[in-house]
Amino acid sequence: MATARNGRVYGEPRLSDELVVKVWRGREDGAFVAYRVPRRESQTVLDVVTWIQRHLDASLAYRYACRVGMCGSCAMTVNGVARWTCRTHVSRVAKGEALEIAPLANLPIVRDLATDMRDFFDRWARARGQFSGAATRHDDFARVDPASAARVAADAGIECIGCGVCHASCDVVAWRPAFAGPAALNRAWTLVNDERDTAGRERLLAVAGDAGCHACHTQGACTERCPKGIAPTAGIAGLKRLVAKAAMRGEL
Amino acid sequence: MSGPVTEAKLWYWQRVSAMALALFVLVHLATMAWAVRGGLSAAEILGRTRGSWLAGAFYGVFVMAAAVHASIGLATIAQEWLGLRAGAARTLAAVFALAIAVLGLRAVYGLVAA
Repeated sequence: MATARNGRVYGEPRLSDELVVKVWRGREDGAFVAYRVPRRESQTVLDVVTWIQRHLDASLAYRYACRVGMCGSCAMTVNGVARWTCRTHVSRVAKGEALEIAPLANLPIVRDLATDMRDFFDRWARARGQFSGAATRHDDFARVDPASAARVAADAGIECIGCGVCHASCDVVAWRPAFAGPAALNRAWTLVNDERDTAGRERLLAVAGDAGCHACHTQGACTERCPKGIAPTAGIAGLKRLVAKAAMRGEL
Repeated sequence: MSGPVTEAKLWYWQRVSAMALALFVLVHLATMAWAVRGGLSAAEILGRTRGSWLAGAFYGVFVMAAAVHASIGLATIAQEWLGLRAGAARTLAAVFALAIAVLGLRAVYGLVAA
């Protein structure tokens, strides 16, 4: 780091030596507990949580697996915003030395930073998130034109890793306990656009109405927060149009 | 009325009424801007609208679109913000829709026929 003649220092600002990290402990009636954690370069929020568990309190519960943004297990609420913690650098989200880490919103808390994801994936099942095909293993591979409009729409949503960030960011999920949520509806949208799938009508019925796509207010928090850059809002808008047309034509 | 198919139809009607309202509001505002050039008086307005079936039809459909659109939206707000059940929210919304329709159509009648 070079010091200029006028006394100003150029280069990267020096990191402070430590972070003060408030971590949610307990269940719904729990509270934040503050920890001091040494600050490192290129430190992720998941690194911070792991450091606390290994050096300060081994009883801290949290969930992770791949550490590289593939598995979707490590999402938490960081300074009030749902994020994948393995790919979130502390330098991007810390307010000075302060970091606040809580479990994902809109999901039951198992303990500390671990949420119960069963309800989240049950919603995928209720939104008919399973593929239904007509072909057997004896049939040849389906040949799907990658440039077809339907396949392009399906591809836009197919990279979801099921992290729950969109679900935790959605106000409608908080307001309507029965609402399927952006992740389940995004899944349904990819299948509606899968030309090999045979359960189109059942799926449209499963995602119709106020427990499905029509409750979405198009606020776009899911799209803004999705770490994979998926736009569930666009898929939900597509479902709304398809379902409403089918309902008006008496096809549901 | 409830069930996902009904809810999907209500969404459709709210969407269609919104499209209609967008057009009607623009025409209404443009007409207003044009009409007030010489000042605005009740006599002038009534002189233009009395006996005009075009004005009657235009504002009659406008009122019905507003009644449909606003009441469906209010039913949603009542469920999400006041915690009402779907049935109660829809009943409340139907009363509101009826009120808009009756008051609005009475006003249109006053403009065109009375």
